[in-house]
Amino acid sequence: MENQMIRAKEVVFRYAEDGRAALDGISMGVRRGEFVAVLGANGCGKSTLAKHFNAILLPEQGEVYVEQYNTREEDHLYDIRQRVGMVFQNPDNQIVATVVEEDVAFALENLGVPPDEMRGRVDEAMEMAGIYKHREKAPHKLSGGQKQRVAIAGVIAMRPDCLVMDESTAMLDPIGREKVMRTVKRLNTEYGITVVMITHYMEEAVQADRVIVMSRGRIELEGTPKEVFRDSARIRALKLDVPQAKELCDLLREAGVDLPQDVISAEECAKALAALLAGTAQAKK
Amino acid sequence: MASVIKVEHLTYIYGEGMPDATTALDDISFEIEKGEFLGVIGPTGCGKSTLITHFNGLNRPTRGKLYIDGEDIWADPKKIRQYRFKVGLVFQYPEYQLFEETVRKDIGFGPRNMGLSDEEVDQRVVEAARFCGLDEAVLERSPFELSGGQKRRAAIAGVIAMRPEVLVLDEPAAGLDPEGREMILSQVKRYHRETGTTVVLVSHSMEDIAKYADRVLVLQAGKVAMLDTTANIFARAEELVSYGLSVPEVTKIFLQLREMGLEIPVDVYTVKYARDTILNALARQGGGDRA
Amino acid sequence: MLRDITIGQHFPGNSVIHRMDPRAKLLLTVAYIVILFVGSNPIGLALSALFLILAYGVAKIPLKLIGKSLRPILPIILFTAVLNLFFVPGDPIFTWWVITVTWQGLYNVLVLSVRIVCLIAGTSLLTYTTSPIVLTDALERLLKPFARLHLPVHELAMMMTIALRFIPTLIEETDKIMSAQKARGAELDTGKLTDRIRALIPVLIPLFISAFRRADELAMAMECRCYHGGEGRTRLRQLHLGGMDLVLVAVCAAVFTLIGCSGMLWGLMGL
Repeated sequence: MENQMIRAKEVVFRYAEDGRAALDGISMGVRRGEFVAVLGANGCGKSTLAKHFNAILLPEQGEVYVEQYNTREEDHLYDIRQRVGMVFQNPDNQIVATVVEEDVAFALENLGVPPDEMRGRVDEAMEMAGIYKHREKAPHKLSGGQKQRVAIAGVIAMRPDCLVMDESTAMLDPIGREKVMRTVKRLNTEYGITVVMITHYMEEAVQADRVIVMSRGRIELEGTPKEVFRDSARIRALKLDVPQAKELCDLLREAGVDLPQDVISAEECAKALAALLAGTAQAKK
Repeated sequence: MASVIKVEHLTYIYGEGMPDATTALDDISFEIEKGEFLGVIGPTGCGKSTLITHFNGLNRPTRGKLYIDGEDIWADPKKIRQYRFKVGLVFQYPEYQLFEETVRKDIGFGPRNMGLSDEEVDQRVVEAARFCGLDEAVLERSPFELSGGQKRRAAIAGVIAMRPEVLVLDEPAAGLDPEGREMILSQVKRYHRETGTTVVLVSHSMEDIAKYADRVLVLQAGKVAMLDTTANIFARAEELVSYGLSVPEVTKIFLQLREMGLEIPVDVYTVKYARDTILNALARQGGGDRA
Repeated sequence: MLRDITIGQHFPGNSVIHRMDPRAKLLLTVAYIVILFVGSNPIGLALSALFLILAYGVAKIPLKLIGKSLRPILPIILFTAVLNLFFVPGDPIFTWWVITVTWQGLYNVLVLSVRIVCLIAGTSLLTYTTSPIVLTDALERLLKPFARLHLPVHELAMMMTIALRFIPTLIEETDKIMSAQKARGAELDTGKLTDRIRALIPVLIPLFISAFRRADELAMAMECRCYHGGEGRTRLRQLHLGGMDLVLVAVCAAVFTLIGCSGMLWGLMGL
């Protein structure tokens, strides 16, 4: 139990009282140190779920726990928000200060961290997010990817146990997206920060330890990326993309070529194909 | 083939004469052919956005000329507005331009500015909405009540309704989920096929460019780095990577196969073509292990 | 284009004046303005102007920038100058038709012009050498005692900060929306005034909607980072009155006292 970072029990949530349920009885957990990707088409409830993880939204029915705290406990609101940091979609709308390092310090200022300690933590967070060299710049002079890493640093400075990325790569170009993804991966593997990544990019999801696929406020699929992407037809039915590597292997298998069913990344696919082509070359000899 | 847009030695400098002047476009020349589907790619900051705002006269070249249908568009600056209707420009996140009370009025904004009659405007609105997959019922609703994907399509319809000769779209699918992306791009493709309109698609997604474009223009640091058919462009995948661009995932697979020392073509950019290439290779090598 | 508008007049540098504690700078600027009125005699004003020229030199700010900041109020200076020159009674210098120029009038004009120029140049020096955000910070700290009187000092400073942060973003956004509407044939820069105001609707509505959306998202992001008002808040940037600040304040105090007393000197000379 103490290994659980976040637990959701039978969570139901509606934006309007008579509206349809955005979350329709969700139960799930995130283990400490885990990298979880949450996938789903627009409007499936994935962002709504993310906003329950740090008490921005409270469940209509059911409970959400962050470590030992129920998100309904108002006394522990700041304990919860300090433990679960959140980065949003639009990089422009989450930076408060006019200088990068001051923005990174914003949460610490709110938490009343003594100034001497704050300096060290701000520098550390900027190093971790790879934006230290931009510390004196104005945010609007940075690229989208850099701004998102400023936002990550601003959250990391709180020394949270968990980082929730709410579609934080959706508005970035491929290079910016890759850098943000690499930063988040490093925070997870090197610093042991639990990551919940809300996304609709498959190439990001395949890098996770576990993938949760949502549809209409419910969890439809759950498992390792290989397990989840195994059934391409099901993934398409949930209005998601199938990685091209997987699609190619599917097409080749249909044509009668013997390939494993759980190939999802480009590297795996290249290896499998190389083995196949080398194998036939040898068979010929 | 006749060219619809012709760019001749075009240079554009931001803040010319200022100490911080930057050259966004550096003496570029190329032609866009009538009826083609041209993809434009390039790393962020390469001048793509600056280039497309020249196509409809929102930016005026610092040096050089731009011809539409053979006419120099800056010959008489007072007449520049007519080229806004000839080249329809859809900006990134176009849903942020919606402002009218109803979707119908918003789509009709462009045609009304053209000075068309009410019936003509209405006819075009209905037609544009149909191309963008919006029901007639949606037309009476407020644009702000629509879903993200619908807003995007309504905004695109607002440009299509002007019946431009050239439709330019800057990242029309940015930020949408896979279904939304697919829907918008396939509708653009269908519009291209049915009306014969020239389409220019600017995108970071190599998969999308590979899937839809006939020819591809690669911009790099304000210069035209490549302009060729899609197959020929992706055959130079290594160069694209060196510009800081990504290539489609299937192309990556084939690049890796090449690195492993396999004799395999690298001009592979769609999954179907990849399948055929592999099947051919297998057949050539003996095809012994077909199940 | 809108992008060319510069916000504030910050002129970055690394001079003693740039590095000076902003609170001290702010208070000295106020003191300087007061002293301009107290020491409103030729000697005092000459000293005030000299002091300012020296300060600009130390800050390495080109003097021609003063001209730039004066331009908007030049008509006012000229207008008052003309009024004073022609309508102040006293000993005439010359008379032509109905116009009489007097020594007193000329004296008034000179005092008035020098005073206004020094006033503008003095406050400009503050904004040239202090970034808006540091200035906001200094204001918040100086006004802190008034928070006890329920003056929302922290909130005002926070609003200033957010405004400064979002001005460039919103300018860029306005630019984009204008381009998008022009691409649909909107005529934004031609036509009669009423037409132009009407033409702004397609720009203003999307801009407001976007600003509200941004405000909404920013508020949520701030809450996620434990923002709960000014109570118990600490700051990354600490302001310290250093030795250099004290020396500068002492020097200025001496100069200001001298200027303040210059009235007496002028009086003596007048005798």
